[in-house]
Amino acid sequence: MADLREHAEEIRDRYDDHLDLEVEAVLDRLQTLVEQYKVPVDEARRSVESTYREEAGIEREDVVSGGSSEEVEVADIDAPEEWVTIEATVVDLWEPRSDSIAQVGLLGDESGTVKFTKWAKSDLPTLAEGQAYRLGNVVTDEYEGQFSVKLNRTTTIEELDREIEVGDDADTFEGALVDVQSGSGLIKRCPEEDCTRVLQNGRCSEHGDVEGEFDLRIKGVLDDGIEAREVIFDQEATEALTGMELEEAKDMAMDALDTEVVAEEMTGDVLGQYYRVEGPVFGRYLLVDDMEELGAPETVEDTLIKARSI
Amino acid sequence: MSSAPTREVARRVFAREFNDASHTFKESDDERAPNYALLPTGERANRVFFVGTLTEKEDVGDDSEYWRGRIVDPTGTFFVYAGQYQPDAASMLRELQPPEYVAVAGKPRTYETESGQVNVSVRPESITVVDEATRDRWVVEAAERTVDRVEAFDAETNEYAAMAREQYGDDASEYLEGAIEALETIEGEAAPTP
Repeated sequence: MADLREHAEEIRDRYDDHLDLEVEAVLDRLQTLVEQYKVPVDEARRSVESTYREEAGIEREDVVSGGSSEEVEVADIDAPEEWVTIEATVVDLWEPRSDSIAQVGLLGDESGTVKFTKWAKSDLPTLAEGQAYRLGNVVTDEYEGQFSVKLNRTTTIEELDREIEVGDDADTFEGALVDVQSGSGLIKRCPEEDCTRVLQNGRCSEHGDVEGEFDLRIKGVLDDGIEAREVIFDQEATEALTGMELEEAKDMAMDALDTEVVAEEMTGDVLGQYYRVEGPVFGRYLLVDDMEELGAPETVEDTLIKARSI
Repeated sequence: MSSAPTREVARRVFAREFNDASHTFKESDDERAPNYALLPTGERANRVFFVGTLTEKEDVGDDSEYWRGRIVDPTGTFFVYAGQYQPDAASMLRELQPPEYVAVAGKPRTYETESGQVNVSVRPESITVVDEATRDRWVVEAAERTVDRVEAFDAETNEYAAMAREQYGDDASEYLEGAIEALETIEGEAAPTP
């Protein structure tokens, strides 16, 4: 049971600031759960820790996890509520949708990218885009199958001198835009903390009737005749795609007393056109970071040679 | 993972081949299973995407509007029909003044005439105006996809090619020729001697 003793020592160290624990006592609790009740070690540890937290009257976020925060690559994050340490570059910073969020964006290392959220209340230094950091003690989270990390009060942020190459989990796709789906154009999002759900008739599926915040987006389908890919253009990408800015879209909707006119206007401009897009893949969607409208074909000659050679 | 059915790909096919795709089938007995047109080069098509020149439009409806458009590519003519259930496409056909380059996404439809001939047409999901560069890009893309299908036509594992042979015969070469002719129109060069 060397294993359990190690766990017991880690727990003692972790709560050192808050509780005066004896390794033997911790070990005893772990053993009872694991040996007597046949609880898996992870679960036993979770249970014991939560007992101590309750005793100490502290929150999970208040605990320095010490040595137990394992260093991982972002692509290896595959479970929520794990304390991990990552070394990554800030690839992208997005506009926080709530005052409770200090920074939100994308972190990347050699293995890929992951979304991160830094809470305002955690009072952490500001991360700079393009800079590499060692982020100790971040918590993993999951939403609809997508993993992210959350920085918290105990997170340590250390600037790294070296550069971290960001692995290419971004995908490129080229095809004709064959469909613009509902929920495109001028939309309203829920303003609640960390909720960005798109409102349906002024209602958020989580928070009910709310005063929505305007946003632009296009949900579409790119198709190259072999594969159909669902893509999302966020506000910035939609503005780049259609040349229509959010303010202009709001004015247009205001004049028409209807937000639908925005989607109609955009659809006429982009449907049936060819695009090359690039961006990370979340679930079934490719989120467009970069795009290029494709005009005349580059390779008539090559195709002709191939066709004649059959 | 989501259990939503995957979206059907929009095949690229020239008008000459499309109009020969008179055989339709389903992959299952389920009433709501998707319908496929069988392309003579050995592929199933539940949806197509094409770009061509709208040369003519006419309201052929009796009681309500029912628009027919002729859309021409380098190999032939696509017929599209749009009525009250395709309001966006119908209003596009109503508004547009031919000639105009248009991009169309839509579903293959067949109907049998009184003389027993099967006509193939398109029920459009969308019709949008595009420019010549986009039309040329489509021609090259459609040619590439056609060439790929013809190349795969003889593979033994190709079930749709086997089906096409049974329905239409062994020879897919005329569609390859169509693709070559189409490419030549935008290359702006004369047909070479073989």
